Amino acid sequence: MVHFQILKLIYFQIDNMINVLLITFTMSLIYMSIANRMSSYIKILAFQGLLLFGVSFIELNEINTLNLVFVLLETIIVKVFTVPIFLNYIIKRNRMTREVEPYLPNFISLVIVTTIIISTFFLSNTINDHHLNKIYFIVALSTLLTGLYIIITRGKIITHVMGFLVIENGVFILSLAVGNEMPMLVNTGILLDFFVCVLILGIFVNKLGDVFKEPDVDKLSQLRD
Amino acid sequence: MLAYYFIIAAALSGLLFFSREKKLHHILIVLFNVLQWGITVYECVHFRSEELGYFTADAAALLLLIVLSILTTTSSYHSVGYLKHHPSSSRVKAIYYSAFSILVMAQTGVFLSSHIALTWAFVEITTFAATILIFHERTEYAIEAAWKYLFVCSIAITFAFIGILFLSISAQEAGTVDLSYRSLIHHAGLFNPFWLKLAFLFILVGFSAKMGLFPMHTVCIDAHTVAPPPISAFISTTLMNVGFIAIFRMYSVIASTSIAPWANHVLIIAGALSVFVATIYLLRVNHFKRMSAYSSLENMGIVAIGLGVGGIGYYAAFLHIIFHSFTKASVFYQIQQVHRIYKSYMIRDTGGYFKYYTPGAIVILFVFICITAMPPSGMFISEFMIFRAMFSSHYIWLLIPILILLTMAIWALGKNFFRLIFLPPVNFDDSHIEKISPVESLSQYILLGLVIYLGLNPPAVFVSLINEAIINLPH
Repeated sequence: MVHFQILKLIYFQIDNMINVLLITFTMSLIYMSIANRMSSYIKILAFQGLLLFGVSFIELNEINTLNLVFVLLETIIVKVFTVPIFLNYIIKRNRMTREVEPYLPNFISLVIVTTIIISTFFLSNTINDHHLNKIYFIVALSTLLTGLYIIITRGKIITHVMGFLVIENGVFILSLAVGNEMPMLVNTGILLDFFVCVLILGIFVNKLGDVFKEPDVDKLSQLRD
Repeated sequence: MLAYYFIIAAALSGLLFFSREKKLHHILIVLFNVLQWGITVYECVHFRSEELGYFTADAAALLLLIVLSILTTTSSYHSVGYLKHHPSSSRVKAIYYSAFSILVMAQTGVFLSSHIALTWAFVEITTFAATILIFHERTEYAIEAAWKYLFVCSIAITFAFIGILFLSISAQEAGTVDLSYRSLIHHAGLFNPFWLKLAFLFILVGFSAKMGLFPMHTVCIDAHTVAPPPISAFISTTLMNVGFIAIFRMYSVIASTSIAPWANHVLIIAGALSVFVATIYLLRVNHFKRMSAYSSLENMGIVAIGLGVGGIGYYAAFLHIIFHSFTKASVFYQIQQVHRIYKSYMIRDTGGYFKYYTPGAIVILFVFICITAMPPSGMFISEFMIFRAMFSSHYIWLLIPILILLTMAIWALGKNFFRLIFLPPVNFDDSHIEKISPVESLSQYILLGLVIYLGLNPPAVFVSLINEAIINLPH
């Protein structure tokens, strides 16, 4: 009887823990909308990687251990260490300005990102599906839309890549929602992460830095009718 | 055998990457073509067999695989000619050949795979290989198009992955975890329709960047404009077939479920908007490759409409995509010769082609007949079938605007092609024209002849293959 009460308490704490991590993740999105410097973006991306490490550690308890270790290693090594170090290196090497130059003022960005999060909350309430844990869906969808928003309203190529990394974090959260039944999908999502980070960051941004001195997306509009 | 194919293809690609001799490149590319035809013949003989658990050679795969192999051979031949006349360092040439072989290998993987996540992974590999090829000329236009292609295709492939995740959420309702196409088609009736709709929408939007359909067609246009002509010929035909088969397989999964009418509407909207956008831009284009790229967009729109209206439209959609592959490839190969004479791709710099290279001008004439779907071209038969299907499914309110738009497209294409062939050139110094041997246009005659032959007198095995490919769709 006492064991049962303790177990219930533990599961409640675990459930709570996932909620805390995902809500912190959403707060980091709001902070990202008003951040002014490139280094803030990189630190937020690293922090998000750390939170995802925690979530995948707690959530994926039904898949076999080897797979779990692979997922955890990927989250820590790629998201928390490799990508931020790479991004810092690229910014230093190409001597880019350290400021993010958004097209819209920061206050409007803040309002829009908050609206995105609130509307995904209402949207998920209209979907009564007991198979999907609601908080995963909310956080994943708002991360996706925030990533798209960052791509649209920031003018540098490197911030486009950062917006894409935010979208990938969102896809990772969504794949965790089904990760217990289909661990293969989580692996495929990680493969996407890996490929894109290595290829987009490693090869292309370097090549772009060689050709364009100030990588501004406005310069990339020569191909037109 | 398929495992051997992948290993040998990867090895050949690696050897091509590290070799710097022209002769060695030629030998290895010929070997690669032999390998490609070998796997095609093997799959023809072992029709409907399953390999490695995840690859099946069904009818749709076989048809598009044969098209791929034919176009690999012609593109390799024209690549050799292209690299001879456009000097670049041997390292760059090695990268070109190596990326080309990886692209062909990945496309073979997409056609043969029978599991949706494997299709997705191979499509991602084709994106990377195609980006390297688009970047080949290393001009500023090339880097811009290559970056846009890589970035937008990566976002599109992420969307497609989200679609696959939604599909697996909807599959949880039926209690199945197997995402192979056979199991999906079997159980689709039990899936949750809401998630299935979202899955279809995201997969359609994601793979539309590959197929060149409405939501994400813009990167395809830039990419086909900038890539070297043999590569443009390859990626605006077989790579669009890759997008088509991904969308087609998802469509056959949901074709017998309750969301099929909704999905038909979505496909028709995407197709109609593609035709509309293509026609608008065709009227004001002034670059040959860009014109051909918009024409591809328009044809993909027609294929999507054919898939959406159903009935005989299914058969016609397959027919159209096969004929379009051959015709569009001929266009781009001939544009390569045009560039050798005029040293420019702009339409206003050309003219009098009949006088300077008569075999090529005749190819352009035939190409114009084939691509605007005039008889005896096979595309006339497929387009006519699609119009008939639209008429019998009571879509006449859509048919009339589409016919008007296609007429405007015929006018735009005719204006540009006839200017090339018949009108005298402006500001062109014709004292130092390169002599091109007629043998180099032979491949285009063969391809166009295939289009006409398969259209007028299709062999019974061809017809039965297409009928089997669409067997999962409701008739």
